[in-house]
Order: sequence, then structure tokens, then C-alpha cells
Amino acid sequence: MTQQVNKRRRRLLTTLTTGVGLVGTGTLVAPFVASMQPSARARAAGAPVEVDISKLLPGQMLTVEWRGKPVWILRRSERMLQGLAELAGKLADPDSEVLAQQPSYAKNPYRSIQPELLVVLGVCTHLGCAPSRKFEIGAASGLGDDWVGGFFCPCHGSTFDLAGRVYKGVPAPTNLPVPPYSFLSDSRILIGVDQEEASA
Amino acid sequence: MMQSLLHWIDERFPLTKVWQEHMAQYYAPKNFNFWYYFGSLALLVLVLQIVTGILLTMHYKPDSTLAFASVEYIMRDVPGGWFIRYLHSVGSSMFFVTVYLHMFRGLMYGSHREPRELIWLIGVVIYVALMAEAFFGYLLPWGNMSYWGAQVIVSLFGAIPGIGEALAEWIRGDFVISDATLNRFFAFHVILLPLLLAALVYLHIVALHKVGSNNPDGIEIKKNKDKDGKPLDGIPFHPYYTVKDVFGVAVFMMVYLAIVFFVPELDGWFLEKDNFQPADILQTPPEIVPLWYLTPYYSILRAVTFEWLPGGAKLWGVMAMGFAIVLLFFLPWLDRSKVRSIRYRGWMYKTMLILFAVNFVMLGYLGTVNPGHVDLIWFKNVTWAQIGLVVYFAFFLLMPIYTKLDRNKPEPDRVR
Amino acid sequence: MMRKLLIVIALLASPALAQASSNNENLDSVHIDLADRLSLQKGANTFVNYCLSCHSAAYMRYERMASDLGISEQLLKDNLMFAADKPGELMVTTMAPTDAKQWFGVVPPDLSLTARSRGPDWIYTYLRSFYHDESTPTGWNNLLFPSVAMPHVLHQWQGTRTVHFEEVDGNKHFESFVAGVPGQMTESEYNSTIRDLTNFMVYLAEPAKLVRYRIGFWVMIFMVVFIVLSYTLKKEYWRDVH
Repeated sequence: MTQQVNKRRRRLLTTLTTGVGLVGTGTLVAPFVASMQPSARARAAGAPVEVDISKLLPGQMLTVEWRGKPVWILRRSERMLQGLAELAGKLADPDSEVLAQQPSYAKNPYRSIQPELLVVLGVCTHLGCAPSRKFEIGAASGLGDDWVGGFFCPCHGSTFDLAGRVYKGVPAPTNLPVPPYSFLSDSRILIGVDQEEASA
Repeated sequence: MMQSLLHWIDERFPLTKVWQEHMAQYYAPKNFNFWYYFGSLALLVLVLQIVTGILLTMHYKPDSTLAFASVEYIMRDVPGGWFIRYLHSVGSSMFFVTVYLHMFRGLMYGSHREPRELIWLIGVVIYVALMAEAFFGYLLPWGNMSYWGAQVIVSLFGAIPGIGEALAEWIRGDFVISDATLNRFFAFHVILLPLLLAALVYLHIVALHKVGSNNPDGIEIKKNKDKDGKPLDGIPFHPYYTVKDVFGVAVFMMVYLAIVFFVPELDGWFLEKDNFQPADILQTPPEIVPLWYLTPYYSILRAVTFEWLPGGAKLWGVMAMGFAIVLLFFLPWLDRSKVRSIRYRGWMYKTMLILFAVNFVMLGYLGTVNPGHVDLIWFKNVTWAQIGLVVYFAFFLLMPIYTKLDRNKPEPDRVR
Repeated sequence: MMRKLLIVIALLASPALAQASSNNENLDSVHIDLADRLSLQKGANTFVNYCLSCHSAAYMRYERMASDLGISEQLLKDNLMFAADKPGELMVTTMAPTDAKQWFGVVPPDLSLTARSRGPDWIYTYLRSFYHDESTPTGWNNLLFPSVAMPHVLHQWQGTRTVHFEEVDGNKHFESFVAGVPGQMTESEYNSTIRDLTNFMVYLAEPAKLVRYRIGFWVMIFMVVFIVLSYTLKKEYWRDVH
């Protein structure tokens, strides 16, 4: 213990070793963290879904699964489309101002790329229940005389119109989300890939 | 800010006190050598095994129809999965490397001697628990060697007279190794034994810090203290041994990671070829062998081939294997030498220890080869294993005699 | 003293280590090079078009194979995906296990890990050891795997040959091949095709092998730096003690 302790050298070396050690530990731990991300299997299962819509007649709806969620594809009839325009006053967000609920190409009065074809996630924005279709009009629907057709969530009574827009005064806070989708041709759509990406 | 936070904690939890007592003012002998790295390294491996184990558990499926595929799923589909799996599979071998070297250190420098008997005893329990942990874990990939290895080892219990078969069935939960066995081995491997190991390691360290570390000279540093009561030959664990251990960790991790990245199978020593085939109840691998860390005892088991023994050779083989492990517990009382360290012992203990170490390696090797072949010189493997068995037991059973007779050198007062 | 002891133990253990790896089967050794992308791609092509008709590689996804081997998605869909619709799918054969069992007597084993369980040399030798044999149900037999249930799928490439056996003490011993109908490939072309296929199967058995050496190299460099640093730090502090 005869030598003078070079405190600066000691501090520098300690800092360096600690720093490099932390970088090393971080690099070791990074794959640990990464391993909890969706695996190749999950990503394959969540891959875009191609749907043939050529056999879908006006007024008909089909449901496909994408990333474990139901996606509704509804070909709206002329009458259904007319109904949409008259509802503005009864809806919470008639102009789709909540941008997170649809891609920009679906921020229009029909909330869709082609006016008649609605593509929307069938998951209630309240607590995630599955709403049911109520395409009957008026009292027959059980939802009042002025019902023009739409969706009804049995869990807490939230109602949506045929563009997935939520009515005022129901528990659900926002419109039904529109997933990214694109047209591969007139008869085939691809759910999970945005319109711009698909054409690019 | 930090000061007041520390103060706030210290009033409620003895944080500073623990740090002082076990790190900054814990005096360790200043003459630790190479062999004193392996304790902290074993602890490091334990932590890594627990972390990687938890991550693997997130993707692994303990179901006989899914287990094998889930391991391949980890190897291919899970991001970074192969790295985590190799860290874990190589880690199990590295655990035994460190533990064996750590135990050998104890034998060399007399770390098992009074007043450290309990540290040794807890250590042996850790070793046994570790073997169980490794054994249970080895079934989980549900490869063909996993399956048949478990089949053979569990069948050993069948050798116990009277209750044997019933006991083996109880362990398996079936008449053969099956889904039920896999499920319970999974429970043992991921819950029971890790908890036990963590608790035991804690006790091991508590017991160590009660009496203080031994050292390569085997003399008590507490005998020579300065006026403040600090051992003259002791240095604070922190910073001296923390920086030293960091260096040890760096070298160890380089070796460990080199294996993980370049030779994770280590030519069949760490991952066996047959285990890349799913368990097949109709097809036994040509040679059923446990992984290297269990083979010394497997050799002892197979060395007993004398059918004229009452109850049959299998029973005596199992007993020999059990006895070989049980003997470790008696080591502190079998050793009658006046000195601890090999540095001051006579030629007899030195010879016996070298013989024991070489013999242990030989037994380990013999456990991986066909007993009927000749892989060493002169004799068949089984004959060598029998010689090895005798040497193994002689080391322990003759210890009271040769350690007493040995001509020791005088111990110095202070460490070198 | 102890250092000497350590050396003694290491020396004694080394022959054991050397011995464990030796294999007693007579296998032709194959040159594996996972950096040879073209070889891997050719191997993948053979594998998907021939092996995958009956065997699966059920732990592997088409997508992963394509991206690892630098095959474009279009190329993958057009030429390599006959048994699946989506690139994310596992490489599972379209042959139903029950049919296979009926046709061959056994379900063709999954090939994902064959290169790890049997070894590349085995695959390389096996696929070059088929010969025509009237006595078997398929008309084919294999020198490395006698009475194998698998027919010689690539016989159009290799050609048809029989084996002349020598009878020694009642045991049949391989004497020589007898050439029959020539194949579409020369012997060296066939060997090179099988080598590519084996190379691919080594990749298939452990896709991580493509990256782990590269990552490992940088990890080693990092560790050397860290070792030097921590050793300097240790030396610095231990000047107090020595």
C-alpha cells in the first residue's frame, strides 16, 4: 500500500467498465424482451386475409376472421345507403372525426372505399362484445319505429348505423373501427393491407 | 436527494447495514486464487437459468403431443428464441462445470472442514437438487433421448425390493413415461426445484458469511486482527472481490457465449443427436446415456454387474449409486487431517485427491460409452468402471485412515 | 501445484472428448457451406418439389425459408408453394398420413431436423445409396438403410442401377454397382444436386445457424474488450493489496 492511489484513473476505469458492462447486459437482455413480441406463428396467423366478394349480393353480409377478430363485409343496398344520410343528428360522430377509428381513405359519409361495400370490425367499442345485425326497419326490429337498420350490441344496448357509426346516448364511445383493407380487383379485397400499400 | 431516500429506506429496512455487513465491510481473505471464481459464477448461472427458463416457459407446452414441436417453435418462430434456448441448454452444463470446480476447490483447500461443515452440507444438498433439476428438465424437450433417459432412470426405482414397481409407477403416474410424467416433471422443473435451489443458495451464503471464507492456505484469517478488529489478511469484499469477480464473469461469459454461438451441441456433449428426434416409444436409441454431468454416477450404477449378489445386480447398482452421493455428506467427518489445505498436507491426501479427480472424469466418460466395448486401454469399459467404483469409494472410506497417517507440513501463521 | 493438476485432468479428459464424436458408420463426407446461397436455393427447389411430396418439414415456414435464402415472394408463390396457400404456412406435405401409411407401411418422417438427428453425411450418403431390387415392394433398396420403405424418388436423375453382392460365410457383402438405365444427370451432377439438397437440409434443421456465427463473432470481440477493461480495473484496485 505504498503507492499513491490514482483516484481519477480508478474512477475512469470504473465508469468505463460499468458502461461497457451495462451495454453488454442490455444486449443480452434485448432478445429476452424481443422474445415476447408476436412470433412468426402469430404473425402468420395475423397475415392479411383475401376475401372473394363477387357472390355478395346487395343487403348481404359476410363475416371473416382477421387477427382473431370478426370483420364484417356488408354490400349495402341502395336503400341502406340512402338511410345513412338522414341520421346525422342522431349520431355521436357522424363525420368520423375520431381519426383512429378508420383509415383516412374511409373517412367519408359511407366510411368505405366503394360506397356500397362496408368493411368494419364487428367488435363493440364499449367493452368488446360482438354486436348483432339488425337490418329490419321500424318496429319490427324491436328498436323503435324510427330504426333504419344497423347493428345492436346485446351486452349494454349500444347501437350503430349501417356505416358502423355509433348513436348518441349509448355506452359505446366511438364508431366501429374500419380495418385497413384494399381492393385487389372488383371481386377481391385484402383485409389487413392499406389501399396505398397494395397499389404501390 | 439520494441521501435522504437512502435514509428513509434505512429507517424501514436495513439496506445500508446489509450492504456493509456482506459487501463493503465483509472481510474476505486476500489470497483467493483462480479456484475462488466458481462460487459467484455458479450464482450467475443460476440467475441466468431462471431468467431464460421463465422466458422459455412462455412458449413451451408441457404436453406430450405438443412439447417437441413447441421447442422447435421456440428455435424458429419466437424472436430470439434460439438464443434463449441455447443459453438455457448450454447453461445447464455450465452450471455443473462451475459446481464441480467449486466442489473440487472445497476438497483441495479443506473448505468442508470445521467450522464450515454446514456450508458443505447445504452445498451437497444444492448439488443433489441440481441433479434432480437437470434430470427433470431433460425430459421436457420430449426428444427420444429425453424419453428413454427418463425411462431408464425412473425404472431404477423399480429395483427397490417390495415397493419398487409401485414407486416407479407413482413417480411416472403411468406404466411408462407418458404425458402425465411430462406434466409433473415440468412442475418439478419450473416450480419446486427452482424454489428449493434459490432457498438453498441463500442458506449457503448465509452460512458462509457467518463463519467467513476459507482460503487456499486453509488458515483462519480471524486469528490475526488489527486493533480495530479487522483481519490483517482480510480485504473488504467490495470493491476488491467485486471487481475481481466482474473480471471472472467476463471471462466465463466469453466461454459460455462462445459455446452458445459456435458449438451449442458441443458435439453431442451438451445436446444429444438422438434428442432431435421426437420421443418414440417403439424405438430405443442405440445407446441410452444421460448428459455428461450425471454419467459418473451412471457408470457406478452400471459397474455393478455381479448377479450373485443377494437381490440382484440392479439393486446393488442403485444402492452403490445412492451411496456414492450420500458419502459426500459425511466428508467433513471422514477427513481427520490436522490441516485443511492441500498445500500443507502430505503426499497421501494429494495422491488420493488427484486419483479421485482423474477417476471421476474417467467414470464420467465411461458413462457415455458401451460397457462391453474397449475404449480405454487393456480392459473393457465395464471393468474400468468397476475399478473406478472401487477408487471412488476408497477415497471416502479410507479417508479417516490416510488423512490421519499423512505427514503434514506445518501451517504458517499468516496467509501467503 | 493446482495448475499442474488441472492440466493433468484436462489431458486425461481430452481423448475421451475426441472419442465421443467418432462415428463407426462408413459415411461419405459432404461439404456443408451455408454461405453458399445458390446451393441452398437449389437444394430448396429439390426439397420442395420432391421431398415435400411425401415428407413434411412441419416446423418450418415457407416465408422464413424464402427470406433467409433471398427468394422473392413471387418466386416462392410461383415455384415453391405447391402445398400451401399463404407464405406464412408451415411446410406440411399434402399427403395424408393415413394414405402414406397404407402406401409405404410407415408415415414418412418429418425432415425438419434430420440433418441434426442423422447428420449431413448420413443424408448425403443415404440419397446416393439407392439401387434397384426386385425383392422389395417398391422395387428399390438402399445400402445404408436396408429394406427402407422409401422408393428412389430421384432415380430419373441418377438412373437405375443394381448391386452385385458377394456371398461370404453366408453373409452378403457389397461388391459393386451394376449400371442399368442411365439417368438424366452424370454422376457428378447428381452428387452436386444431393450436396445442395443436404446443404439445404442443414439450414432447414437450424435456420438460426445462418446468423449465429456472425452474431457470435461480434459478441466475442465485445467480450474481449470487456475482459481487457475489467482486468485493468481489477489490477488498478488490487494495487492496494499487493
